[in-house]
Amino acid sequence: MQAVKIIRSRTVVMPTTDIDTDQIIPARFLTTTSREGLGQHLFNDLRRDSDGRDKPDFELNSPEAGDCQVLVAGNNFGCGSSREHAPWALLDYGLKAVISTEIADIFRNNALKNGFIPVVVDQKTHEHLLANPGIDVTIDIEQSTLSIADDLAVQFPIDSFSRFCLLNGIDQLGYIRQQSSAIEKFEESRPWKP
Amino acid sequence: MKSKKTLFEKVWDEHVVVPESADTPAILYIDLHIIHEVTTPQAFSLLREQGLPLRRPDLVLATMDHSTPTTPVASFKDLEIVGDGAAMQVRQMEANCQEFGIELLGFGSAERGIVHVIGPELGATQPGKTIVCGDSHTSTHGAFGALAFGIGTTEVGHVLATQCLLQRKPKTLAINVKGRLGHGVGAKDLVLGIIGKIGVNGGTGHVIEYRGDAIENLGMDARMTVCNMSIEAGARAGLIAPDDTTYEYLKGRPRAPQGKDWDIALKRWQQLYTDEGASFDKSVDIDASKLKPMVTFGTHPGMVVGIDDPVPDHSSDPSFRKALSYMQVEAGKPMTQTSVDVVFLGSCTNSRLSDLQEAARVLQGRRIADGVRMLVVPGSQQIKKAAEDLGLDKVFIEAGAEWREAGCSMCIGMNGDTVGRGKLSVSTSNRNFEGRQGMGARTVLASPMTAAASAIRGTVADPRPFLES
Ligand code: SF4
Repeated sequence: MQAVKIIRSRTVVMPTTDIDTDQIIPARFLTTTSREGLGQHLFNDLRRDSDGRDKPDFELNSPEAGDCQVLVAGNNFGCGSSREHAPWALLDYGLKAVISTEIADIFRNNALKNGFIPVVVDQKTHEHLLANPGIDVTIDIEQSTLSIADDLAVQFPIDSFSRFCLLNGIDQLGYIRQQSSAIEKFEESRPWKP
Repeated sequence: MKSKKTLFEKVWDEHVVVPESADTPAILYIDLHIIHEVTTPQAFSLLREQGLPLRRPDLVLATMDHSTPTTPVASFKDLEIVGDGAAMQVRQMEANCQEFGIELLGFGSAERGIVHVIGPELGATQPGKTIVCGDSHTSTHGAFGALAFGIGTTEVGHVLATQCLLQRKPKTLAINVKGRLGHGVGAKDLVLGIIGKIGVNGGTGHVIEYRGDAIENLGMDARMTVCNMSIEAGARAGLIAPDDTTYEYLKGRPRAPQGKDWDIALKRWQQLYTDEGASFDKSVDIDASKLKPMVTFGTHPGMVVGIDDPVPDHSSDPSFRKALSYMQVEAGKPMTQTSVDVVFLGSCTNSRLSDLQEAARVLQGRRIADGVRMLVVPGSQQIKKAAEDLGLDKVFIEAGAEWREAGCSMCIGMNGDTVGRGKLSVSTSNRNFEGRQGMGARTVLASPMTAAASAIRGTVADPRPFLES
């Protein structure tokens, strides 16, 4: 994983609540054996009509959304299936972070392992962001802060280990493997074997 | 160390290889890793890229269920896999298992089936184990008092390589269920009622323990249905303390301990309960006797009503309006006025033998309505066979339903089984998200009995009148 330190971008706002991973990437696009190229299917059924044409009223299709890297989503983002294809698709599309009031557990875990940043904010900050699409934000991983239009800065929660891995581009598998003697000891000394 | 522990804490503590600290999550040992063709190819690639061996092939249970066809065939050699991607996943799963020395319950295996159905059925799912799978409904296995949760593909790679996972300890939520479920009201209605009450994020960050006499009275199939949908309330996992019902179910299963090992295991399992006086971070009380058959009306499992209750009206909420308009459902009216195109009986929520029996009881001697397509997809090849031995296949076929091979099928619509654009399905699966059962499909989640009644009526229907005679 590449190190991620700071994300500066305008926001694109998608106010829909409870966006599940089936909406982020519909199941029929999971028949892949690679992580690449999933961006083209991101939000497919929200983004395109049944003939495959872009829907003009879908937020990511607006011309202003073009180079935005930060998605502001409605309450409770990423619930549902554990598919890691969801953060893979978001990243492949060019998005780097999502801001919401609540972000589902498995999605958050998967996202952090791939360098996609889940930012949970309070209701008031969220409302401000929803009301101001296209506003400039800065997400500072080291400080765990979200600055909005250079003034309002709020802290967001991020697990310190995930932060460390993000800042240093550390692969978590390497970290577990460093503990292999502890794992061996555990296997030998446990009172029962699976 | 705390002297009074919850069931979750007991299982957790037994599997900590390296404890968590402020800076690092715990390293947790995994006893059983279940894998399928959709969420593993990229994980095997990771092993290959890094030149790593698979640490414990003996702790992996592998099958194929998501992308696999369920069309009835005389021989698996004739199977035609729908879509190049799906065919590629299936071939790669076979190749990966062979390369890394994993026994695969693949095509032609009498033990093949949905990941969360075959783990318990084979007796591999046991009390006190940690169980993971690249699939969120891994929570199903919690019905046995195992700590079981879904993981992403990167984590699948971690477990393949190290048999361990990095985890922060979740919080605990007790759901206390008192009272008796009414006639025609089952485990599915109970869990839909729970999600309706606590919401689709009511369990986020928590592991649920289902407790109380209503839970103790449930059989294993029903307990699995309840735990299965824990994830739909946002919870990491759902647990039920093991008891005699659990042990009776497991005894004699091929991968359960045998002989003297059984006695030793049993002693250990009998310690797996929440100690008197142990505390939970949150708790919720539910009265099972108040529940009716439940159905969803919107586009997530928390949008749920009693079968004859009016759909609520929150028209000031744009997401709520959007859900109703997608579903073509009107607030203020009960769901029983909605006409049905497809009925799906299957999925890891409701495809076990007792689910098929419940639906067959409603369908026995009746026909499904004209214009309704009903698919019955058993959760495993073993369930299929057991149902055929009981003659259930005939009940379904005579009623006008399709009797299929085992798999996920229309629950996720990856194998070509889809509902069709704009069509409405009453489904015993677990997710009614937009497009979950195929692009534009509208899904109403329900119990097997409600699904069967709806197939007969051609509208969403209350099963209770069908059970009276
Ligand atoms: S039946 Fe549905 S929910 Fe269960 S494992 Fe298969 S796709 Fe997932």
